[in-house]
Amino acid sequence: MTTTIQTLEPAERPLQIMSSRLEGELLEVSMGPQHPSTHGVFRMNVALDGEIVRKLKPVFGYLHRNHEKIGENMSYLGSMPYTDRLDYFCSMTNNWAYALSVEKLAGIEVPERAEYLRIILAELTRLQNHASLLGFLLSDMGAWGTPLMYAFREREKILDLFESLSGSRMMCDYMRFGGCRVDASADWLAGAKKIVDAFPKFLDEFEKLIVENEILIARTQEVGKLSADLAISAGITGPMLRACGVNYDIRKVDGYGFYPRFKFRIPLGEHGDTYDRLMMRALEMRESIGILKQAFEQIPEGPIMNPKVKIRGFRPPVGEAYGRIEAPKGELGFYLISDGSPNPYRYRVRPPSFINLTILEDLCLGHTVADVMVILGSVDIVMGEVDR
Amino acid sequence: MSDIDEELRSELQRQGIWVTSMQELYNWGRKNSIWPLQFGLACCAIEMIATAASRYDIARFGGEIFRPSPRQADLMIVAGTVTKKMAPQIVRLYNQMPDPKYVISMGACAISGGPFKQGYNVLKGIDRYIPVDVYIPGCPPRPEALLHAFMELQRKIDEQKLTGAGKAAHLDRTHPSEFPVPAFGAHDLEPAANADVFRPMKIERT
Ligand code: SF4
Repeated sequence: MTTTIQTLEPAERPLQIMSSRLEGELLEVSMGPQHPSTHGVFRMNVALDGEIVRKLKPVFGYLHRNHEKIGENMSYLGSMPYTDRLDYFCSMTNNWAYALSVEKLAGIEVPERAEYLRIILAELTRLQNHASLLGFLLSDMGAWGTPLMYAFREREKILDLFESLSGSRMMCDYMRFGGCRVDASADWLAGAKKIVDAFPKFLDEFEKLIVENEILIARTQEVGKLSADLAISAGITGPMLRACGVNYDIRKVDGYGFYPRFKFRIPLGEHGDTYDRLMMRALEMRESIGILKQAFEQIPEGPIMNPKVKIRGFRPPVGEAYGRIEAPKGELGFYLISDGSPNPYRYRVRPPSFINLTILEDLCLGHTVADVMVILGSVDIVMGEVDR
Repeated sequence: MSDIDEELRSELQRQGIWVTSMQELYNWGRKNSIWPLQFGLACCAIEMIATAASRYDIARFGGEIFRPSPRQADLMIVAGTVTKKMAPQIVRLYNQMPDPKYVISMGACAISGGPFKQGYNVLKGIDRYIPVDVYIPGCPPRPEALLHAFMELQRKIDEQKLTGAGKAAHLDRTHPSEFPVPAFGAHDLEPAANADVFRPMKIERT
């Protein structure tokens, strides 16, 4: 370096001394795979100019578990427990997306009560996913521990429901082609209703803590802005897309399941920044509560399995199908090609968080390195789904 | 030094005098302040967080402080699927932890590859490269199971000797505290297992 010691006269100092000294010399930092805020084993190679991010290269594959390859060597039903482990926060919605694709492939009808149960469980999943996301995001922001504890308190209640219904807290393996595995008793429904009725109290409390919090606003507003054009051309889905103001929710667009029978609104953001993405989750939880309340009222009695479906030796006809649902993180789709054998010929997962992650560099450029963690947290990734 | 007459001890205790040995005091302190490394790999890590969170509260057992830096951690909870891409990093993290250090292998994946055992990229058990103290089966193990493993580890620490022939490994200078980091070979990790550490179960058929 050729810098000589300057005189101490303030007027003679060149402005922006930091950036001029570091010009052309970027510092490369490898964040992850062991990092408290990367939500699993994710690595980012960040080139920093001072504290400002100039380049960001994500490195994937630390949790590549060969999900798709294993799926091609499994019977159709054998893959169902594996889908639990894709996005391990939301096993119920993963089950549903997979069951939906196979049902499309083989042309299977689902009984009415099973459709209602699916909606109830999917919306409960959305509640606990968004609640834990808010907790994680706030602890990434430095509110270490406390918000996460509150969020997990609520999550545990919903996990208890999952456990009493399916036998497992996280890996529910609940849905089957043409229905669901076990029926929900009247007690279970009453218990679920009680928990859902109490949920807005948690939301009120949480929102009071965060919505107008000065630190939170300073850390999230105008940080990681995503334009609607970029979001659409990059294939972003879910709350991240809606935070940019694009009205696209597969529950409305496709109307799968019985969603057309329900009244609910799609919250939309305006700015596409981290704050909007955060608030999107809080608002979606309120809509989910509305859907759940309607479902508890409308759910009919009846069978939960289509009796015509053969569980053993299940062979769908030759063909292909793509089934998708609005998972809590975005569009979750399964693309299956059948050659008439008991195993799928091709089994492909369209994971929402992987595709939402592709624009991470665009969001982070020009922000400080501390903001990268907040932006990453607001994308809502789960590595099991990203790397598969 | 550890052989205190129990009768005498309780007699003294009644008089308001507490007698203990260096070893008991040392182990008591150590076993009640095990700081785990904040390190999650996959689904099991979520159960690990649940164990640390409000309902299960691992803080009751002295493990509340999850340290993100291996330099400040005593316990590595390998929670999740270890892929071949991640295995060298895990061994490196283990090497960076100061002695004494312990490992809990949480979940089917960390024990043997679990449901993903057939996967070409999945390591079939972290005990191929680092020594494991407690194994917890399950997919994922419940938080109670992790707490049980934690208590087992406390029991193990309580029994460690400071001196003599069977003294604890970290006090034994001949015992390695770092293990070679596997490298990526042409097809697989090399070596496939560290022979000093990996003791697979022998199946005897009669
Ligand atoms: S043991 Fe099961 S829950 Fe744990 S990481 Fe493996 S697949 Fe996930």
